[in-house]
Amino acid sequence: MMKKEMIAMLLAGGQGSRLGVLTQKVAKPAVAFGGKYRIIDFPLSNCINSGIDTVGVLTQYQPLRLNTHIGIGIPWDLDRNEGGVTVLPPYEKSTNSEWYTGTANAIFQNLDYMQQYNPDYVLILSGDHIYKMDYEVMLNYHKANKADVTIACMPVPIEEASRFGIMVTDETGRVTEFEEKPEKPSSNLASMGIYIFSWPVLRDALIALKDQSNCDFGKHILPYCKDNGQRLFAYEYNGYWKDVGTLGSYWEANMELIDIIPEFNLYEEFWRIYTKGDIIPPQYVAADAVTDQCLIGEGAEIYGEVHHSVIGPNVVIGKGTVVKDSIIMRNSVIGENTVLDKAIVAEDVVVGDHVVLGCGEEAENVLKPAVYAFGLATVGELSVIPDNVKIGRNTAISGVTKAEDYPGGILESGQVIKAKDGEQA
Amino acid sequence: MKAIGIILAGGNNNRMRELSDKRAIAAMPVAGSYRSIDFALSNMANSHIQKVAVLTQYNARSLNEHLSSSKWWDFGRKQGGLFVFTPTITKDNSLWYQGTADAIYQNITFLKNSHEPYVVIASGDCIYKMDYNKVLEYHIAKRADITVVCTTCKDQKEVERFGVVRMNDDGRIEEFEEKPIVSSYNTISTGIYVIRRRQLIELIERAAQEGRHDFVNDILIRYKNLKRIYGYMTEDYWSNISTAEAYYRTNMAFLEPEIRNYFFKQEPAIKTKIDDLPPAKYNPGASVKNSLVASGCIINGTVENSVLFKDVYVGNNCVIKNSVILNDVYLGDNTHIENCIVESRDTIRANSNYCGEGEIKIVVEKNERYTI
Repeated sequence: MMKKEMIAMLLAGGQGSRLGVLTQKVAKPAVAFGGKYRIIDFPLSNCINSGIDTVGVLTQYQPLRLNTHIGIGIPWDLDRNEGGVTVLPPYEKSTNSEWYTGTANAIFQNLDYMQQYNPDYVLILSGDHIYKMDYEVMLNYHKANKADVTIACMPVPIEEASRFGIMVTDETGRVTEFEEKPEKPSSNLASMGIYIFSWPVLRDALIALKDQSNCDFGKHILPYCKDNGQRLFAYEYNGYWKDVGTLGSYWEANMELIDIIPEFNLYEEFWRIYTKGDIIPPQYVAADAVTDQCLIGEGAEIYGEVHHSVIGPNVVIGKGTVVKDSIIMRNSVIGENTVLDKAIVAEDVVVGDHVVLGCGEEAENVLKPAVYAFGLATVGELSVIPDNVKIGRNTAISGVTKAEDYPGGILESGQVIKAKDGEQA
Repeated sequence: MKAIGIILAGGNNNRMRELSDKRAIAAMPVAGSYRSIDFALSNMANSHIQKVAVLTQYNARSLNEHLSSSKWWDFGRKQGGLFVFTPTITKDNSLWYQGTADAIYQNITFLKNSHEPYVVIASGDCIYKMDYNKVLEYHIAKRADITVVCTTCKDQKEVERFGVVRMNDDGRIEEFEEKPIVSSYNTISTGIYVIRRRQLIELIERAAQEGRHDFVNDILIRYKNLKRIYGYMTEDYWSNISTAEAYYRTNMAFLEPEIRNYFFKQEPAIKTKIDDLPPAKYNPGASVKNSLVASGCIINGTVENSVLFKDVYVGNNCVIKNSVILNDVYLGDNTHIENCIVESRDTIRANSNYCGEGEIKIVVEKNERYTI
């Protein structure tokens, strides 16, 4: 096998439980983003744009959508004779078999995959961030410092620093200390979960810690490397980077794309983001439709009003309907004279006529107050919402719901309906 | 499938006016996201024809670029695949393709090396969906030598652009007149033919020996009394785009819900090369009515009854009406465009005014592009 200077390992097995019903049937990296993309498109496009043509994608939670999306990597030009993209699920071994129990454990279980390319460096990525980054620049930094491990970091406001893993560095950028979610942070450099390891260092650390339960990069591998005197450096990144781990940040990141010149610009010729574009036709905007500050994907048909929203491919928005501050993902159909206000509607959803989705005062969610917050009404994929119902804020709906699921035609703010699943259309 | 495909994509037509200055008709962008040849290619793929030759000659750069990979139509197979044949100099021949029959003759090895019993011949400048298997079944049932797919021309004035046929009750073609100045018939050939491969080789070789080069005049018309030439009628949507007016009309037809549904929503789908463009973006000030908008567009102005192809930028206070804006066009602020076809990669300066009166105006403007 041809030697590769650097290969990437992309961690895409997480559920992303804070995205609630959005990740009920798909892994977080496969969640739609920005009209036509899926979250994993961003790290994958970064890889190919940085000249990395060998990427292992580690999957575990609900991988079907992810597998069909990635395929043999054609959209990212990762269909290669040597290297390319390889999906790496957990597998049975002769002596034991286990799931991926932690980020580092997942990489450890794929030592053979990495070894066959005999790389000099391994790039560890996670599949749930929205950003554009040239990993080659980071690699040059790694080489210039003769580093063993380079950790991409981002300056965050010091008052938010206690939510992150914080790196304390000396004046050369060498990491002298870590603080995991510190109460009193002594630095504002937050780890982005992107690492470059020199291959022997990574291999030795993974083997040394192979019996560590839930072996994790931040908690175990990095401290181990530092304690063994390896050179750890922080690579400061100052571009756009967004962890879309919560419904609030996911919604916000989508809305930011609508700005006239968005900070994260998808329209730049250079550093294009690639995705599996299986929907081709142009979108149709009808004679009495309104399209006001929005992104709309291919094949969508707009008969109603869309204000400040992100609409996915093949979505149909019926006559007289008003969609405001909302995200609607591909193939969903919204009926006529319906109102959507701060709603997130996942893929293949059917919303009836005369529905109000997102109304009234906010109330704390009864089931998962930390997940269903931000005033959003969230509808899981393949759900059905009947005609003439009103749905409050901080709500979640999944499955095929019927009129009788809404007492008095209303789902109060803070409530949740989990109905029987719909069939894939 | 028991057939191979040949797509004739070499032609030009001066009635395309400036539009064919830079590309073959088969490479004309159509309906926002496609190119003309996608329809014939997708029909071939959807009919399970696995081996297709595209014969190109006129201004083929755009077309070759579009066909640079066969994966979009799923022709990247070990068995069969997509073959693009441009004229080449050989030991026996150093001429361009002198006609449709000659184009096939110069690539007769492709026919001889195939083993499929039938050939479907189509042209790259027609917009339609068709299951060629149905035509083949008809061809076999009628024990025809050649089957010509025919349709009814709804506009009598248009008949002069086509081959006009008259069939008997059984469907056998008794009269065939190519591009008549006046005709009382309105059944026209769509330029889609089914023929047995060995039969085609024989007819093409004989025509070549006799120094004849045109498939319609030298084979269909010349042999119509000798061979069993049948017409297969279709009344589904079919449109030939090879005049500027027909091209404009065809694009506008996609604003009608029935046609949009037929091509965009109903299976089987038409495939094309994927361009990796972001979703269309509507900024404050955008007002879009009854229009098609392809991906990558950024709209700041008014667009009505128009088709915007990929990557079009519409500046502030622009007014676009009843127009077809081809891909990668930049329209500066305050521009007014009505009844026009704007050529691809144009850059229109701010405050411009283009208005087609009487006929559709074709706008070709190569200005330096200012960046946003």
